[in-house]
Amino acid sequence: MRRNHLKGVLAGAAALAVLTACSTDESGADPGADETSDGASSDSEWFAQADFDQQREQMDATFEGNPDEPWLQYIDGPMTDTSKWKTDKPMKACFANASISNPWRQTGWITMNQQLKVLEDNGVISEMETRDAGDDDNKQIADIDYFISEGNCDAFIISPNSTAALTPAVERACETGKPVVVFDRGVETNCATTFIHPIGGYAWGIATADFLVDNLEEGDKVVALRILPGVDVLETRWGAAKKIFDENGIETVDYFTGANPEKIKSIITDEITKGEVHGIWMDAGDGSVAALEAFEDAGMDYPVITGEDEMSFLRKWEETGLNGLAPVYSNFQWRTPLLALEKIAKGEEIPTEWVLPQEPITEEERDDYLEANNGMPDGHYAKFGGEDLPGYPDVWQERQIP
Amino acid sequence: MTSTTQTRAVTLPAYSHGIGGRMAASMSTPGGAIFLLAAALLVATIIANPNFGDPGVIIRFLGRTAPIAIAAMGQYYVIVAGEFDLSMAAVIAAQVVIAGNYIGEDTSRNVTGLVLMLLLGAFVGLLNGLATTVLQVPSFIVTLAMMLALTGLVRHLSGGAADAPPNDDFRQMGRGVVKGVPVVEVIPYPLIILAVLCAAAVWLMRRPFGRTLIAVGDSPDAARIAGARVWWVKTQAFILSSLAATVAGVLLVGHAGVHPTVGRGYEFAAITAVVLGGVVLGGGRGWVLSAVAGAFAIELLFTLLTVLDIDATWRDSVRGVIIIVAVAVAARAWTRGRRTGSATPSNSGTSDPSPTTEPVPGTNTGGI
Repeated sequence: MRRNHLKGVLAGAAALAVLTACSTDESGADPGADETSDGASSDSEWFAQADFDQQREQMDATFEGNPDEPWLQYIDGPMTDTSKWKTDKPMKACFANASISNPWRQTGWITMNQQLKVLEDNGVISEMETRDAGDDDNKQIADIDYFISEGNCDAFIISPNSTAALTPAVERACETGKPVVVFDRGVETNCATTFIHPIGGYAWGIATADFLVDNLEEGDKVVALRILPGVDVLETRWGAAKKIFDENGIETVDYFTGANPEKIKSIITDEITKGEVHGIWMDAGDGSVAALEAFEDAGMDYPVITGEDEMSFLRKWEETGLNGLAPVYSNFQWRTPLLALEKIAKGEEIPTEWVLPQEPITEEERDDYLEANNGMPDGHYAKFGGEDLPGYPDVWQERQIP
Repeated sequence: MTSTTQTRAVTLPAYSHGIGGRMAASMSTPGGAIFLLAAALLVATIIANPNFGDPGVIIRFLGRTAPIAIAAMGQYYVIVAGEFDLSMAAVIAAQVVIAGNYIGEDTSRNVTGLVLMLLLGAFVGLLNGLATTVLQVPSFIVTLAMMLALTGLVRHLSGGAADAPPNDDFRQMGRGVVKGVPVVEVIPYPLIILAVLCAAAVWLMRRPFGRTLIAVGDSPDAARIAGARVWWVKTQAFILSSLAATVAGVLLVGHAGVHPTVGRGYEFAAITAVVLGGVVLGGGRGWVLSAVAGAFAIELLFTLLTVLDIDATWRDSVRGVIIIVAVAVAARAWTRGRRTGSATPSNSGTSDPSPTTEPVPGTNTGGI
């Protein structure tokens, strides 16, 4: 029995070691397991100098269209002829969505549904069938294949979960000969009728890193809190920012947090204890309040921080009077895919790559946005762009996810 | 193995060396050695970066580790009774999301919300316990299924995204501090709650319930013959575990806010803490406060790796190796302890209703 007991302990220990090893990536108790090595960010996979330069140019570009409707604005460039799809009949849209598992996507999803109501009333769209992949590449590939074979779709809208994995499925959708609208995250093919996105991750990285460099001294330390690896629009944000930090002698350390506020607080608390932290850089605003609370709990002054145009951050920024910037990854882009279908139904040409405006909210503009979004929940995004849609503001205030 | 025989066992050799001797004897068991390991890790962290030696930093670290220590305590009850609870992290996440959704900004709901959360916790534990004991489904499977069910609930309630935290009054439990304390500056509320729960746990393990719990874990058949209601004792252990997860959830929602990932990994962290604390998987041996010390040791290990700037690629490997070594050492120490404990090894051990004739201090007697 004694031997069995010992064996049991060892077997249990081995099983446990395997389990802990498997679970460590997501372990809430682990303050820094996912810290990346310094070299990772300059990896060529997520940094292309040409794209960096292009987006820096686009930040100062002139946008076509009415500035009061930024979701229809675009940078002049190649256009796709859509006359072959011109129709008077309402179209059935099929939407393969990556997920609604973060506040940014939830806000956009609400706006998209309100836009859909308008187009259904106009007789442009008969219905939109949506499949939510729940952040799973395989699920989304299956969703797209289902739409192709059995969806009876007149048009596809795809918000890809990840860049490389979804490329073949998007290509299969293109092969049906029906219009394919891709938005937000990109894929490695140009077959889509239009690819809708704000300027991009590099522009985010440039705006935020320039702000921090301007407000910090050489040799100061910035802690970068990143949500997850492997998504182009997030990787390029950090890729661009890291380059600028390195060029300007700002010391950086970056962590993946999964947006878990507990993990964020532990990371920041340990970093504050290790040595002074002068700046916080976030690749998305989700969790910026937790990061700031870590400074409060330690009794330290607030750092210079770049968050996002999420209400929780804008409110915290105003309450505390800290020095910050709210970069924007234009949430109003969730309206554009449906409006693109409207143009396709009319046979109007649309931009092949539809680059939407993307401007950070500065301290001077902050109070206007707070006032305009008064009563909106913390997870709401200031530049959601749904003020002229039916249901405003109740639908966004109640935040019932459709 | 009733409480009477335990409390009268005053002439046992292990008790005959005075306080110092008993302490030394305790420290040589896995349940005692974990305190030395935790202390060694703390010293190593302070040497690596003296800033971590500041009393204010240490006390805040202890406060932030309280939720995981409480979870480890809950897991201890289940493991010492010979079972597993894998649903802890899901219970924490569910409670966190419920706190955000139901309580929110409405301070008048703080008390009802807390009661509701505790009731839900107890209910989850009851289901886990009854399915394990009455339906005879292995607890590994039962609690895994519970984890999936609760994860689905969390996804439904939250959509997988962050939500606004509950009001600041409710968050005080997890975020508040007693200010103006000499030396350590502050005492975090979670640390006070942990201290109270530790005291309650030590008391509970000295009560008939605690004795029976260990007896049930050691040998359910023997306990049944001795008249214990095994199914009810085990079910109570599951209820305590889910309640511990609930308390951890309340503290975490205060400390961190509402996000469906809060608490993620806590079930394995708690099991690791319990095993590091020298509690035997399979039940019947181990001291509750060693599980708490195990939780602190794990968190200190994480912090030490952060302080040392260990390359991310190697962190998991380093942690895995340390955990395996610690558990292997613990297993060896147990066999040594048993060899000296019983004079003649018995061949008919499997049917022995009382396998330990001499309590090892600091382990199943709750000594020190």
